[in-house]
Amino acid sequence: MLKTRTGAALVAALAAAAVALPAKAAEYKVGLLVPLSGVYAGLGNHIENGFNLGIEHFGSELGEHTITLERADTEANPASTLGKAKKMVLQDKVDVLTGIVSSAVLGALRDFVHQSQTPLVVANAGNDEATGKDCTPYIIRVSFSNAQVNRPMGTWMANKGIKKVYLMAPDYAAGHQMMNTFRKSFTEAGGEIVGEAYPPLQGTNDYGPYLAAAQAANPDAIFTFFAGSAAIAFVKQYKDFGIGKDIPLYGSGFLTSAAYVHVQGEAADGVTASLHYVPTIDTAENKRFQEAYQAKHEGKLGSEFAVAGYDAARLIIEAIKMSGGDKKALAENLRKVEFTGPRGPLSIDPATNNVVQNVYIFRNDFKDGKVTQTVLDTIPDVQDPPNGCKMM
Amino acid sequence: MLSDGGFWIVQILNSLQLAMLLFLLSVGLTVIFGLMNFVNLAHGSLYAAGALIGYSVSMWTGSVWWAYLLAPVAVMALGWALYGLVIDRMRKAGPMNQVLVTFGLIFVLMDVQRYIWGTDQVGVQNAPFSGSIEILGQIYPEYRLFIIAVGLGVFALLYLSLEYTRLGAEVRAGVDDAETASCLGVNVERTFLIVFLIGCALAGLAGAVALPAFSAEAGMGIAILIPTLVVVVVGGLGSLTGALAGSLLIATTLTFGQVFLPKFAGILMYALLVVILLVRPQGLFPARS
Repeated sequence: MLKTRTGAALVAALAAAAVALPAKAAEYKVGLLVPLSGVYAGLGNHIENGFNLGIEHFGSELGEHTITLERADTEANPASTLGKAKKMVLQDKVDVLTGIVSSAVLGALRDFVHQSQTPLVVANAGNDEATGKDCTPYIIRVSFSNAQVNRPMGTWMANKGIKKVYLMAPDYAAGHQMMNTFRKSFTEAGGEIVGEAYPPLQGTNDYGPYLAAAQAANPDAIFTFFAGSAAIAFVKQYKDFGIGKDIPLYGSGFLTSAAYVHVQGEAADGVTASLHYVPTIDTAENKRFQEAYQAKHEGKLGSEFAVAGYDAARLIIEAIKMSGGDKKALAENLRKVEFTGPRGPLSIDPATNNVVQNVYIFRNDFKDGKVTQTVLDTIPDVQDPPNGCKMM
Repeated sequence: MLSDGGFWIVQILNSLQLAMLLFLLSVGLTVIFGLMNFVNLAHGSLYAAGALIGYSVSMWTGSVWWAYLLAPVAVMALGWALYGLVIDRMRKAGPMNQVLVTFGLIFVLMDVQRYIWGTDQVGVQNAPFSGSIEILGQIYPEYRLFIIAVGLGVFALLYLSLEYTRLGAEVRAGVDDAETASCLGVNVERTFLIVFLIGCALAGLAGAVALPAFSAEAGMGIAILIPTLVVVVVGGLGSLTGALAGSLLIATTLTFGQVFLPKFAGILMYALLVVILLVRPQGLFPARS
């Protein structure tokens, strides 16, 4: 009798210990899904570099909890990424997914993430639907939305007295979303769109024909979104055709991203753009990030993509700290994190799970053989309307 | 816009400039194709290699002129290596295997480029002819005129060598009827290798010449491959004149399509391809008539 009671007590104590143990020191697995090959490999690299630096800077704050990383190459391929995400969740048992450059890949993961209740911290993909009508409590975006980075620019340009604008962007979802948001805020503030063109996304990077047509429409300014090699070609050709002398170039900040503005060089001089991050932000957080990033990567500037990776790592770490080892609480806590990072104050909008952040309007200045970015205006705490998001 | 003479001149020059770039790429491809029935889908990767090597050379020497000179030579060497390792063995393997193997080569070469040059875009600042000139009130970049001049110069050089040199005669004979040429003492194998290497060098030259205007990155060869293949098919396999005509036609279609039918610019090229294949399945200027 006594023996069995002792035995029962021992079992109970063991069970209690077994339950209590993960609350003390939990092992978290993070699945990093970024393209390391294909057209988006460059962005994937920046995000991964930023993510690793974030772990290095903030990982020590985790105390006895640990983070291990699983990584997979998404190749910007929706179908194969879904397969890799399923393997990570079902077989490797990751607690949180992060990364995702392409909006199409994000769209493909949405239902799986929602149904498996695995939180996904998005570090790039900006499609408006992901935090609009397709939103879910399990998708938390720490990068930007296409609407968010362009909406303030429409109002700002109209307020500067620019009346007639010509729009140009590549013919795919992000290009149209960015132009539509700009058009809405610009016309609401009294501006007029005098023409628009949507060159194909793939093929030649020759914008000469489009530029001549845009010039012929005689606008006060051109507003564009291009990224990567298309952005380099576009900005260079804008200068070569001498259009900038009469018609200034404005754009979504990806046009002159820190990732390649040095390649555009003198051609970027005077281009004005809006984005959620500029390398010249003068804060201690940004300085710490840029110095560490440049020290590790041959003096290359940390881009907005690297910052998104860096902040994704920090967001996950902060949420783990808040959860105190309770893995079930992680998804809920990821939405509650707030901190001030390289780009300034950052929080997650509970209505959409999209990031709330400053948008910077900046001008590129070419001086002494280098392009520096001068912040002209800061629009604080830019937040998207729910756009049909019902969080369930 | 339409009544503005300057606008038309600018768009015609834009067409010409794109045509010359496509010509440099397609002429090698088409002659290799025509001479030996060999399909080298990795030709676009050689263009990318030309741009990336050109970038390294101009960083190293401080002058883009060296890139125009050395990039074609380096790409020719790369082509020689590919020939020895892969292409020579695939010669008799039939078109399907050639397509598959050279398609695989695209990815191998892209990864090699990514390993060497990284995934970021690279470019040069100190290119020659970086100013612009005024034509009928429209500003036009001088560099594009330079691209046009390079393309026309290469065409003239190729035309003269095909018409007036022994190698040219061997190539023409080889394209026309390889067996008979071989019986008449033409070393078709050697001729093919030389033509192949010249094609590689021209792809490398196209990359180096495009670098200052468009920047470079690993994988840039894939996007250019499709218009290049369309040019080869439209122009007619194995024909120098066809390559030039096809380039002009496709470039004009792309350029003016972008201006007047921007929504359909992407498919106009394919529509043209279909029409030409229906009317003249052998292309505009086929080498074998």
